[in-house]
Amino acid sequence: MRLLRHRPTPPAPASPGDILAGTESLHVRLGARPVLHGVSVTVRAGEVLALVGPNGAGKSTLLSALAADLPAAEGVVRIHGRPATDWSAPELALRRAVLPQSASLSFPFTVEEVVRMGRAPHATSPAEDDLAVAEAMAATEVSAFALRPFSALSGGERARVALARVLAQRAPLLLLDEPTAALDLKHQELVLRLCRERARAGDAVVVVLHDLGLAAAYAHRVAVLRGGRVAAEGPPAEVFSEQLLSEVYDQPVEVLSHPRTGGLLVTPLRNL
Amino acid sequence: MTVEHTSSAWATAGEGKANLSFTHQECKRGYGMTVLEKAAPEAVAAAPPPRRRHTAAWLLTVGMSVALLVLVPIAAGIGAYPIPVGDVLASVQHRVGLGGGELDRVAESVLWNVRFPRIVLALLIGASLGCAGALMQGVFGNPLAEPSTIGVSLGAAVGAVAAISLGLTFLGNWTLPAMAFVAGLGTVLLVYVMSRSGGRTEVVTLILMGIAVNAFAGALIGLFIFLADTAAVNQITFWQLGSLAQSTWPKVTAVLPCAVVGLVVAPLYARRLDLLALGDRPARHLGVDVERMRVALILVVALLTAAAVSVSGVIGFIGLVVPHLLRMAAGPGHRFLIPGSALGGAVVLLVADLAARTLAAPAELPLGVLTALLGSPFFFWLLRRTRRRQGGWA
Repeated sequence: MRLLRHRPTPPAPASPGDILAGTESLHVRLGARPVLHGVSVTVRAGEVLALVGPNGAGKSTLLSALAADLPAAEGVVRIHGRPATDWSAPELALRRAVLPQSASLSFPFTVEEVVRMGRAPHATSPAEDDLAVAEAMAATEVSAFALRPFSALSGGERARVALARVLAQRAPLLLLDEPTAALDLKHQELVLRLCRERARAGDAVVVVLHDLGLAAAYAHRVAVLRGGRVAAEGPPAEVFSEQLLSEVYDQPVEVLSHPRTGGLLVTPLRNL
Repeated sequence: MTVEHTSSAWATAGEGKANLSFTHQECKRGYGMTVLEKAAPEAVAAAPPPRRRHTAAWLLTVGMSVALLVLVPIAAGIGAYPIPVGDVLASVQHRVGLGGGELDRVAESVLWNVRFPRIVLALLIGASLGCAGALMQGVFGNPLAEPSTIGVSLGAAVGAVAAISLGLTFLGNWTLPAMAFVAGLGTVLLVYVMSRSGGRTEVVTLILMGIAVNAFAGALIGLFIFLADTAAVNQITFWQLGSLAQSTWPKVTAVLPCAVVGLVVAPLYARRLDLLALGDRPARHLGVDVERMRVALILVVALLTAAAVSVSGVIGFIGLVVPHLLRMAAGPGHRFLIPGSALGGAVVLLVADLAARTLAAPAELPLGVLTALLGSPFFFWLLRRTRRRQGGWA
């Protein structure tokens, strides 16, 4: 029966700089409440785009809109050049993978089974699936507990397993909602290094981050959201100014350059 | 005199009804709570690793198939008119045209007009209930789900009771199953449509709607019982207790299409049901058209449950116990769980029916009462276990 069902073909590989997703003056309402007011962003292959901003600024909503989860009240969301609503669910699954903010599972599947769920959109051979699953688990360092039930893991381990599932999907557009929230220092770095690797391999990565230091270090571009609008967009070195960040976050912020590497450091101004 | 008789019969019927609905209420309450708490890591038994799970799945499939092959001739032989298993097999061989030999007229008649329709019905209904339970639990992502939670069982019962009470016969022998099916389907569609908002179905809303509809269906059943005459009240009472005593081939043919369609369609959704365990949105991200799948599966559940309820009344707990035990033994993958639950449900109901008609022979225990008696303690245990794991309901 699986053979009889129509299976869409995966998209051709994108070349760096291709626009894989984007919004044009997008307005989104959650219930009656408008959350996004005319947001325009473009997501290019080979790039890590970080969405930053204070709580309630609309980062997750924008990510959901890019994932084609939320309908546009006005404006357009485009994925691979076509309006998001024109794609069917199986077609979308080959074009974008989404990491939700929190991972839950209602039955005691094992870690390996969960990661393998990421292969569902593909009509590939079991051997190819095995390879993709093994690679994703190795990349996120979850191979050690492949046979444990997902629900027996700690929050950080679950987050990495969820990320492995998303990587196993091998979609050219990755949408990650706070992938580092539950992780320790080492694994935060690991996850963002993975984002960079995927970008270098030609994928487009959109990642919601709270840690401005991580965003400054790993993102090619950042979009700073405030009250459902894009306050600033561009490379971190241009966008992250003390004035803008202090204003957006309503909290004095210092932007320094690292004494040794010259990299950007963002830290709140503290009077202790 | 007639009035007096009717009202006393009604009282008895009402009592039986009250008992049954009490157990149902209990299930729903327990289930509702887990959902309200959160679709948490509950009931997450120490799951065996995949390799062992595969072996377990194979062993269970073979074991249950063998059990069926052994139990069917035994069940066909046991009864008020005992027939040796050898004779049963000979008669079957003869009918199929593979040698064997015909039995004497009484034995043939007992076997083919009484025992076999009953066995076939038990198998069909058990398979339908087991499969429907596995589907429901998958659709709602909760191991405590049961077909009756969304109101199909009682909704179907309203149709059947109406048919009996009003003496409807427009479809002859098929009137009762047809009415039950239509009413069950209508109920589940109503629940579904009412609990949808903004193109999505929230599980909690759906369950709460199911509870309200169940209450309403219970009231309607009471009303129809009130309107019925004595003979009809007796019939309704026994039907409600859940019995396979009046099994006939026409009843088998009435159930067969619904059950077969449901049992064939259900496994096609197994892979997508696995993905649904991640939640609605992640499942959609993996290419599942979640809303369409929900509608399809709810129709399948309605088909299976209504078919079962229409013939045998309310037989509870098969749909709860069987999938749960199989999940504990062989893991939560639906590619085994759905067909496995159908097979397991068939075995369990066959055994339960055999027990119902032999334990208190020559009298017959009501099958629904028997399954509830054995099923409820299991459900209590399940609730306690779930509660302990979650650290209380709060």
